[in-house]
Amino acid sequence: MSGTKVDFHVFAAPPRLTYSYVQRTVLLGFRSLWMHRLRSLLTVLGIVFGVCSVIAMLAVGEGASHEAQEQIRRLGSNNIILHSIKPVQDQNTSSRQTYAIDYGLTYADLDRIRATIPGVTIVVPGRVIRQWVWNITRRVDCEIVGTVPWYTDMRKLNMIAGRFFSMDEMEKISNVCVLGESMAAELFPMDSPIGRTVRVGSSYYTIIGIIQAEASTATASPGNSAEQAAATDKATAATHRMYIPLTAAKNRFGETLVKRSSGSFEAEKVELHEAIVRVERQEEVLDIAAIVTQILQRDRKKKDFELVVPLELLRQAERTKQIFNVVLGSIAAISLLVGGIGIMNIMLATVTERTREIGIRRALGARRQDIVIQFLIETVILSCSGGLVGVLLGVAIPVTITRFANMITIITPWSPFIAFSISALIGVMFGIYPAFRAANMDPVEALRHE
Amino acid sequence: MADSPVIELQGLSKTYAMGAVLVHALRGVDLGFKQGEYITIMGPSGCGKSTLLNLLGCLDRPTSGKYLLGGYDLSQLDDDALSGIRGARIGFVFQSYNLIPQLTVVENIGIPLYYQGRSEAETLDKAAELAERVGLTDRINHRPFELSGGQQQRVAIARALVNDPLVILADEPTGNLDSASGNEILDIFDELNRQGKTFIMVTHDDQIAMRTMRVIRLRDGQVVSDVWN
Repeated sequence: MSGTKVDFHVFAAPPRLTYSYVQRTVLLGFRSLWMHRLRSLLTVLGIVFGVCSVIAMLAVGEGASHEAQEQIRRLGSNNIILHSIKPVQDQNTSSRQTYAIDYGLTYADLDRIRATIPGVTIVVPGRVIRQWVWNITRRVDCEIVGTVPWYTDMRKLNMIAGRFFSMDEMEKISNVCVLGESMAAELFPMDSPIGRTVRVGSSYYTIIGIIQAEASTATASPGNSAEQAAATDKATAATHRMYIPLTAAKNRFGETLVKRSSGSFEAEKVELHEAIVRVERQEEVLDIAAIVTQILQRDRKKKDFELVVPLELLRQAERTKQIFNVVLGSIAAISLLVGGIGIMNIMLATVTERTREIGIRRALGARRQDIVIQFLIETVILSCSGGLVGVLLGVAIPVTITRFANMITIITPWSPFIAFSISALIGVMFGIYPAFRAANMDPVEALRHE
Repeated sequence: MADSPVIELQGLSKTYAMGAVLVHALRGVDLGFKQGEYITIMGPSGCGKSTLLNLLGCLDRPTSGKYLLGGYDLSQLDDDALSGIRGARIGFVFQSYNLIPQLTVVENIGIPLYYQGRSEAETLDKAAELAERVGLTDRINHRPFELSGGQQQRVAIARALVNDPLVILADEPTGNLDSASGNEILDIFDELNRQGKTFIMVTHDDQIAMRTMRVIRLRDGQVVSDVWN
């Protein structure tokens, strides 16, 4: 018998990271974890909540910031919005107030802006007065908009019947009006309102047209900055609107507003409450805003206007969102770290508990790296299944919030992937130490372990 | 050459440090085992027989001396190479069976092949064949805790055979069994030995030792007798 001729090719250990080896090790991992179902479940909860909170928080945050940005965008990123504001008064003049304070934007200002800056395509001046509008005994609470004839072009509003008022009527200060469709239906339920009159206060206006509701246009084509100007007024979608020439508004309602405050009358004279300067190209918005400020400041003693640049607000909102993301990211990182430590803790306990199994495997030919791979795969299975459940929960929570709390949430497509990858990474990171501890056990000691 | 030993120990020594005290578990053991031998190692506890078995099983490395398996000196090999030799050339049968609880019988038998990177089909075929050889065909999909002690030990024997080892090392294989099951196990050993398998067994039981070919007695880390029955 030739006992000496032994094949020792095993000295060169075959590479084992084959597909079937990994597949079997993964299956083995599942079964080992399944043996301690409750423990495995409790172990992964940290990761589940970590991943879930990352996705849910990001979705809620993204939704909130999207809403804010959408509101700003509705102001129009190509627009510069001018507001009249009441200037700060000196104490001694305000104490004996007998004259009306004259402040605010004027038609002359707008003419000058239009004349000076070539990039400005249109200026919509507007006055909004809230009044009751009557048709004999029917009445409607209405926003009367004093505006210019090119208003419909800017807002891309379509006439349903009749026509919008003309430049001629504006110049002649005609008492004509255009009704919003909802309002027309309410005031004239039976017949066509065209040619009829409505009463506001003591003046009568001839109805020359019916126009579609603004809100529907605003939602139909968001992104068109000009028409979004509607949203700047705090008008809700349901608000009734009536349009009259700006000059008529000026004449009938005057420019003087009387306000009673703390026992004295205060009268204010304001030509224009608001105007929108629209800039052709977005890159020029900030420059033109600076020029407009200069033009307006040139012959003013006091600052009685305010300039809102939605583009700037948008940029600010974006910066805020970035900070928000960093904060969220840190919270998420901490919660995932805690989850990872929980996994490592349990894996260390598992390794100790399974010392004997490790000894058996080593005796039967497992190399150190086989043990490392086995325990690492178990940890990764734990963290990945935690990550997977976390992703499902994290997607379900924003959806539920949107459905029941009526809050906008946006799940950015990459966030579940990132969250899942991080959970897998955590499995590797926090699995390495327990796995190496298992692999470095002395097989003799391990076999003797009870 | 035909009669040269499959295992040769030359001046094999092992010293442990237990705290500050050095324990000389083996002091220069010279032995040779030929293929097909059936050897019992006996001795009082603390005599070094477990240490000797661990060294023979490549679970430990000697402090000095040489261990030749099939003519190759294994005493200087690294951990990975020793793992490879354990998996491919040595079979283990332990006192407490040492089956892995989450695996079925057939999977337990196949572990050494799994660590050699054999295909799953080949592993399962070979494992099923060996389960049949130890009379457990109807139990191959059971878990260890569903089996009696004798059955578990038979699984362990099948596992020790699966890699077609040069030598099977058995550490008190009947220690946890009643005498009937113990005899069954020893009968299997006898049968396998007749087929040419080499066995080295550690035991306390003189009766068992009587069944084997050669009895080696150790005391204080040294061979005190080496008798052929």
